[in-house]
Amino acid sequence: MQLAVWTYEGPPHVGAMRVATAMDGVHYVLHAPQGDTYADLLFTMIERRDRRPPVTYTTFQARDLGKDTAALLQDAIREAAVRFAPQALLVGASCTAELIQDDPAGLAEALDLPCPVIPLELPSYQRKENWGAAETFYRMVRQLADPAVRPAPRDGCRPLANLLGPCALGFRHRDDVVEVVKLLDSMGIGVNCVAPLGASPTDLRTLGRADFNVVLYPEIGMEAARWLGRTFGQPMIDVVPIGMGATRDFVQAVAALTGIDPAPALANPTARLPWWSRSVDSTYLTGKRVFIFGDATHAIAAARIARDELGFTVCGLGCYNREFAREMRAAAADHGLDPLITDDHLAVEAAIHAAAPELVLGTQMERHIAKRMGLPCAVISAPVHVQDFPARHSPQMGFEGANVIFDTWVHPLVMGLEEHLLAMFRDDFEFSDAAGPSHLHAQPAPAQAAMAPAPAIVSQADIPWTSDAERELRKVPFFVRGKARTNTERYASLEGRVQIDIATLYDAKAHYAR
Amino acid sequence: MSGETGLAPAIAPTDTGCADAPVLRERGQRAVFCGLTGIVWLHRKMQDAFFLVVGSRTCAHLLQSAAGVMIFAEPRFATAIIEERDLAGMADCHDELDRIVAQLLARRPEIRTLFLVGSCPSEVIKLDLGKAAQRLDRTLGTHSGAAMGTRVLHYSGSGIETTFTEGEDACLAALVPHMPAASAGTAPALLVVGTLPDVVEDQFRRLFTELGIDQVGWLPARQLADLPAVGAHTRFLLAQPFLGETVRALQNRGARHLPALFPFGAEGTTEWLRAAADAFGLCPMQFNRVVAPGRERAKRAIAHSQDRLRGKRITFLPDSQLEVPLARFLSTELGMVPVEVGTPYLHRELMARELPLLPSATRISEGQHLDRQLDRVRADRPDLTVCGLGLANPLEAEGLSTKWAIELVFSPIHGFDQAGDLADLFARPLRRRDVLRV
Repeated sequence: MQLAVWTYEGPPHVGAMRVATAMDGVHYVLHAPQGDTYADLLFTMIERRDRRPPVTYTTFQARDLGKDTAALLQDAIREAAVRFAPQALLVGASCTAELIQDDPAGLAEALDLPCPVIPLELPSYQRKENWGAAETFYRMVRQLADPAVRPAPRDGCRPLANLLGPCALGFRHRDDVVEVVKLLDSMGIGVNCVAPLGASPTDLRTLGRADFNVVLYPEIGMEAARWLGRTFGQPMIDVVPIGMGATRDFVQAVAALTGIDPAPALANPTARLPWWSRSVDSTYLTGKRVFIFGDATHAIAAARIARDELGFTVCGLGCYNREFAREMRAAAADHGLDPLITDDHLAVEAAIHAAAPELVLGTQMERHIAKRMGLPCAVISAPVHVQDFPARHSPQMGFEGANVIFDTWVHPLVMGLEEHLLAMFRDDFEFSDAAGPSHLHAQPAPAQAAMAPAPAIVSQADIPWTSDAERELRKVPFFVRGKARTNTERYASLEGRVQIDIATLYDAKAHYAR
Repeated sequence: MSGETGLAPAIAPTDTGCADAPVLRERGQRAVFCGLTGIVWLHRKMQDAFFLVVGSRTCAHLLQSAAGVMIFAEPRFATAIIEERDLAGMADCHDELDRIVAQLLARRPEIRTLFLVGSCPSEVIKLDLGKAAQRLDRTLGTHSGAAMGTRVLHYSGSGIETTFTEGEDACLAALVPHMPAASAGTAPALLVVGTLPDVVEDQFRRLFTELGIDQVGWLPARQLADLPAVGAHTRFLLAQPFLGETVRALQNRGARHLPALFPFGAEGTTEWLRAAADAFGLCPMQFNRVVAPGRERAKRAIAHSQDRLRGKRITFLPDSQLEVPLARFLSTELGMVPVEVGTPYLHRELMARELPLLPSATRISEGQHLDRQLDRVRADRPDLTVCGLGLANPLEAEGLSTKWAIELVFSPIHGFDQAGDLADLFARPLRRRDVLRV
């Protein structure tokens, strides 16, 4: 057993739901007890979908066990096939139904339905949501893709690509697809199929028509892309175009594969991140310590952007999906770090605490952790929250994605700088701590309590501070004050000082200067 | 002019309403939560208790999804996720559970009551949590010799056995055997049963004090370490309508149920308080004097929503078992017209006072076949549909105004001073529909 207070990933059948919900013309019959329908609200509330996920739950109860749960499942399949008339039907079990071993595959097959039935075996007690999504998509592609369909001769026509991996409840998948389609179009490449998002089973039949596959989200699309590579000989682009460097690499890789000149696409005038980052206003970003955690793909991409494109120092890097531990270890080594590969958010919290970052890039869970510690934070990865589905176009991929990332990550730090200015003018009556933020009309607002740095980093040392040193410490901007305190105490302890005075504070500052 | 007219039973049905109405019983897909969901409010109420679900990743995912999607503070609930090695017999589930509980209590030593909560998987693999709770209680409980022991109890919140609010019923029923016995010969005492927000509990406590009922116990208590006593002199009021098992358990300990309307709206709350006043032999004059101000406040507050709601047709999809009392409140006090009132279970005995007050044309349904029920909603086209979060946006997209049922469980809606808020919960979606020009 594993003690879990909070989980980064749901069970694998939720991954299957994400694929089914992303697609058109698919229905999923899920053998599940009452209560498992909670998953519907993830789609209708978080993603604001205007339709129910295409899922029928059998809703078996204790009194059905050992009697007729199999009949219940067959009835549900039959009814769903008639009511929803899907082009393809997924059949599977949730964690409880897995235990009663009703054999959904065999039961569905016996019904002789008019549409293809894709049985799913998703071991709930071993695997998780992303794996479930990848497996479901792979099973569908494998069963539905028509092996006879091959790319048409080019004859001056545009090469065609499949975009694999975008899904329901994905972090900015909706907008990433728009950017990548635009990027490929700027290179003269057409899109044969985007899947699963927006694709129908009919669309999956003609996957073989594409010249190559682009794997946007390896967590979901890689299994299917590998199979397509083996079966259709379609090469794969697995450079994930998140960030300037990665987007350029993506363009280069696609160009090399298709023999197209990359120069026009690379000369995109709307790519603003490089100049925004080089402009002097961004100087203060240099060496900011950033802690990164999320799914492997987004975390690895974020680390590259942080270091190479914003000039941050990556002080912690990790992911929650073990399936990508190898990729994560390689990336962490590149940054000279030990990767944190865990799905225990309490371990992540401890690691953030220990790393004393100035910015946290993570999931919604890290956003909460950062909030408690009084640290600026930006969200870079699923699991998603209603805030991760903005009304506006807000991609992570492509040149516009890089622009969005610059704004999203730097914005919380600019706020930090403003706070610093406020602190510098603390003794000015208009800027005093008690006056409250100026945009609140100088009312001594109770919000002040929320604005104050959280007491997450409290003094843990036995060495006493002199009151002068305490006062001096107050002059350090709040967002690095915690680190200054711990560093000073660590230094004082190393040096065997009996008390911390102003000199100790500055000795420590010199000692830890970067 | 308020005087006695205001306090006579204002609800006098001319016929028997839905008392003997036929009930449409359905089974099929249900769009309701399982009993585990109750943990979301139970853990806020019982401040010294911790809920450890023994279940799957799905259970953990459900809890965090239902608990407002994300968790800010470290909550007093967690899941012991069963893994492949537990199922394959490579690990002994009871040893594993002991290990997890030790880990948990090392982290949260202030916990005085630990609930082991059964789930669908734990029920199906027949993991005996009763036995586990007994064993753990022997080593951790107050009689274990520890200065501050942790009592270990268990109940099932599994979806195969409990629907949404039945989880609270199972939890409270598990507490009843642990309530101290009231000593014989003591004066009658009142017990209020069902989780209420603290603010509402305090309001009712003040009213009971003014009524002269000083001995009032609350189940659940804010601190489970101080469970109220129960015995033959206990008279209890239900604050929630979904507590059938708890009622039975209390009756087994000699307590007597005071049948009443549920305390929703001016009338419901008055009737509910009157049931206690009558049982404790209060004079009507004093009752009227104490209750009149709150009752008038409630009526004034409700009046704000009356114009918008009067004559509007409403359908409840099954959710929390609050459907019947809420439909009664909306019908009798706001003039709404219930079209279909769906409830997961219709507990006729507990609804005995409510059903006659529903208009006899109301379609009462029990259980659910989701697709057929939605077909009926589309055919009925009510002005407002009360439903779960999974259905609200899809129905809105079809042009049907909705109210999230879950808000009725999480918001303070009981009593005089919440009556206006309760009415407004139903008025707001309609007001919003009317103001939007997009």
